[in-house]
Amino acid sequence: MAFIPHTPDDVARMLETIGVQSIEALFDEIPAALKITALDAVPPALSEMEVGRLLMERAARDGRPLNFIGAGAYEHHIPAPVWAIATRGEFYSAYTPYQAEASQGTLQLIYEYQSMMCGLTGMEVSNASLYDGASALAEACLMAVRANRASSSRRVLMPRAVNPTYAKVAAAIAGNQDIGFEPVDYDREQGRTLLDALQAYSGQDFTALVLQQPNFFGNLEEVGALSDWAHANKILVIAVVNPTSLALLAPPGRWGADIVCGEGQPLGIPLSSGGPYFGFMATRMQYVRQMPGRIVGRTLDVEGRPGFSLTLQAREQHIRRSKATSNICTNQGLMVTAATIYLSLLGAEGLERVAAASMQRTDDLVTALTRVKGVRAAFSAPRFHEAVLLLDRPVAPVLAALAHRGIVGGLDLGGSFPELGPALLVCATETKLDTDIGAYAAALSEVMTQSRAGAAA
Amino acid sequence: MADLQLREPVIFDLSKPGRHAGSQFPPRVPGTAPGRIPAHLRRATPPPLPAVSELQAVRHYTRLSQMNFSIDTHFYPLGSCTMKYNPKACNTYAMLPEFLARHPLAPEPQGFMACMYELQEMLKAITGMQGVSLTPMAGAQGEFAGVAMIRAYHRARKDLARNQIIVPQAAHGTNPATAAMCGCEVKEIPCDANGDVDIEALRAAVGPNTAGIMLTNPSTLGVFEHKITQVAKIVHDVGGLLYYDGANLNAILGKVRPGDMGFDVIHMNLHKTFSTPHGGGGPGSGAVGVGARLAPFLPIPIVGKDGAQYRWLSERDLPQSIGRLSGFMGNAGVNLRAYIYMRMLGREGMVRVAEFAALNANYLMKRLQAAGYEAAYPTRRASHEFIITLRREYKLYQVTAMDVAKRLLDYGFHAPTTYFPLLVPECLLIEPTETETKEDLDRFCEAMIAIRQEMEREPGKLSSAPHTMPVRRLDDVRAAKQLDLAWVPAA
Amino acid sequence: MSNIPKDLQYTQSHEWIRRLGDGQVEIGITDHAQGSLGDLVFVEVPDVGRRVKAGESCAVVESVKAASDVYSPVNGKVTASNTELASRPELLNQDPYGAGWLMRVELDAAAAAAPFLSAGDYANTLAEAAG
Repeated sequence: MAFIPHTPDDVARMLETIGVQSIEALFDEIPAALKITALDAVPPALSEMEVGRLLMERAARDGRPLNFIGAGAYEHHIPAPVWAIATRGEFYSAYTPYQAEASQGTLQLIYEYQSMMCGLTGMEVSNASLYDGASALAEACLMAVRANRASSSRRVLMPRAVNPTYAKVAAAIAGNQDIGFEPVDYDREQGRTLLDALQAYSGQDFTALVLQQPNFFGNLEEVGALSDWAHANKILVIAVVNPTSLALLAPPGRWGADIVCGEGQPLGIPLSSGGPYFGFMATRMQYVRQMPGRIVGRTLDVEGRPGFSLTLQAREQHIRRSKATSNICTNQGLMVTAATIYLSLLGAEGLERVAAASMQRTDDLVTALTRVKGVRAAFSAPRFHEAVLLLDRPVAPVLAALAHRGIVGGLDLGGSFPELGPALLVCATETKLDTDIGAYAAALSEVMTQSRAGAAA
Repeated sequence: MADLQLREPVIFDLSKPGRHAGSQFPPRVPGTAPGRIPAHLRRATPPPLPAVSELQAVRHYTRLSQMNFSIDTHFYPLGSCTMKYNPKACNTYAMLPEFLARHPLAPEPQGFMACMYELQEMLKAITGMQGVSLTPMAGAQGEFAGVAMIRAYHRARKDLARNQIIVPQAAHGTNPATAAMCGCEVKEIPCDANGDVDIEALRAAVGPNTAGIMLTNPSTLGVFEHKITQVAKIVHDVGGLLYYDGANLNAILGKVRPGDMGFDVIHMNLHKTFSTPHGGGGPGSGAVGVGARLAPFLPIPIVGKDGAQYRWLSERDLPQSIGRLSGFMGNAGVNLRAYIYMRMLGREGMVRVAEFAALNANYLMKRLQAAGYEAAYPTRRASHEFIITLRREYKLYQVTAMDVAKRLLDYGFHAPTTYFPLLVPECLLIEPTETETKEDLDRFCEAMIAIRQEMEREPGKLSSAPHTMPVRRLDDVRAAKQLDLAWVPAA
Repeated sequence: MSNIPKDLQYTQSHEWIRRLGDGQVEIGITDHAQGSLGDLVFVEVPDVGRRVKAGESCAVVESVKAASDVYSPVNGKVTASNTELASRPELLNQDPYGAGWLMRVELDAAAAAAPFLSAGDYANTLAEAAG
């Protein structure tokens, strides 16, 4: 019996102690009409060996194409110790640290994580994680509505240069509480949000402005100027940031963010088809009681010894119930464990090397690909480690042909940004070698030559 | 007391400028790109991250892990959390390199998608529901999806007055928090002396404004809602829908199906019932299942099949969907672990889960009662968990549930859940799960018997517990008043 | 046994009211309330000038195990609030009827006679709840 250790002797003794004749008797409170006796639609049990074979076959079917997509999930080298330690049973199979004295490992780790996120973002307090970057943005919008007493409109300015899926998720989650989102267009030539576009809203009541840095296209926004405009209009600034980029870019705490959030996946978390990742959130101390999620604090025990425990729990669902800052309970603890170990192994210097190498590799990729006839760069703004390329023909068939050659070439932007025409979002991180970039360029050249420009493939 | 230190210093105190884990640095890439960041957008000083060697980092985090209790090291009878064994195979096969390397926006990986599709089908079969979405990332997000779907259903029928969600007083805090997050009003109803929902109170509470009711069955009190069919009828008759909080699914797996009980929507905690790792606070997965009425509203994406090809169903396929709740498709790797677990259990194994969970819970309850402890609902069968109340012990010895919980740590057991549900004073909610041996249950009873003797003879040992952990009892009040939430570098 | 001064009036939700004369009242929470909350870690008082309505939440008191709304028993305008509690929430535990006051309110002219409890009635409600 998989994972159930009872021998027939155990069962007999236990039934005797309970005072029933059979295990079935323990279910005598369930109305007979409701009882089922078998789950025939579920396949029979597999041994570990058999399930291993099955999974390995399926994994082999999926293979490992060469990946050049970013768009919110980034392929970085994950140091070997990260998952070797994170999958230790003491981290992997521990629960949320409610019994602090039995969870000092997890609690201290989270405290270190909070400290690192504060250091990276330039903010004063971080929570212990939310589910992912997109839902973290939704929570940040809800938090801004709670925190911004100067505004009653419950409207959030959402530039189009913010990840469109994040905008959808924010609407799906925050929309139920009558929060409205106002899109702000981006400049077609630069590929970022201009001050002019915001100034159209000067003097109107908005609760928050979302600024993504780098933005969804990979371009650097003029965050200082945009943030200053927001504050002059009593609008809170929500920054959505890439943690790797913070090794090189000015931290949002410096350029005026009131709430910072984003996707922590680049910090030692594998791509794994989209999850589990983790969302991070940090803010100024004045807003700490409005911030959702768990928080760990350092304190003393009865003998004056330092230790760690969950704190400010009165904001959370298990105490405040319908008036909680959020309904979140389980978050993404194991991913935070991995990210903390990752940041410790890389340190500031290593993270800067990863960020710089990724920027350079993307630059090299753009150079190589734009040499192919029919491919050009879309935008003029400075960028981090992603770029938008414009093609002279539909993108989907080109991507399909590349996939056929074992290359995942990028993200087709046609769905969310049809005004750009055929556009592709590409990314190259430190994991891409010269040979990888060369292979992509060669494959693209072949594909573009084979199909005629402008014709559907 | 200056000489009392952390057993393991914070990593920043182990750091030394110039020290690094050099082999983790990627090769330098020649070029001028980083230099082209405009000066006013560039970081002026490096972030204050650790500067340690690889061995230092490995040793530090390994030593931290050794300060934790976990399922792998300790019996962990946390009620409502289902701390069953997390099979290593689930991790090993979910972490095959091809699965880990897959970008979520790459062309649909047919091997992985096959696993997800089959998982959806198995969850439908187990719960008796017609549609499943794997996208919610935890139970609370599953609850959000459920309540949002109920709201969407009523709105689609132009039934706009329905904004009240009924929640039993004993419900988990996420239930009313979720209802509020969905813009609904919460109406709490009491339970009766047997621990069932108070039917008369329910009748009085329902009406034309009722959007639905959120129920857990077995309830948070550890007992099966006898009158569930009646509850379903009362709510359906006024036009409301039934939401099932699946946190306690471990108690009824293979015995009863929520769809058959009349529920319109359910969320499942894959990190409870289907043994994905608790990870020190997640990641979980809160898959939702629905009856036909709510199927058009499921959160996207969902795995669909066109002939032999798997693909993601999105906005175009489900135009009435409540939308996306995550950046991609939810906690994919967690769902994969659940799939592997379910394949190893198979149909036979799944039916046995509830049987042995109930056997272990009822055995433990009987032995503790025999030892003098008071069960909160002594005439009811335990489901997969049960509640002990220490209200008599508190009156006699001033011993609290928290004291007993802390003392259990000294005996080498993680404490049960304390003070939940809020209704029962000085309570311990105990859930052994089916993966524990009779010997481990007996050892737990021995510890509880010893603690009982301490209550009478030396209660001070309990109120000052724990004695043998890396720290003694921590000052929560100080933690909240003198906020120290991050290490900061010396100015 | 909690302390229930006879010269004050009370509500079912554990607020006390002290009449200051001149249409002003002082409001706080009772000894019973502070005892059940435990050591307070945070108190949020309303801004001076804010209008409050009877039955509406106007302050929050928070301990490690609970966070409770404080409901205004009256209609009026806040003329003073105890900002000392921001740095010393424990004052409320130590002296709930004195130094732990929460706010002072100027009553609306047309305020109806409020159905407050006397000290004796409040003591009875506590006794009944204790069962």
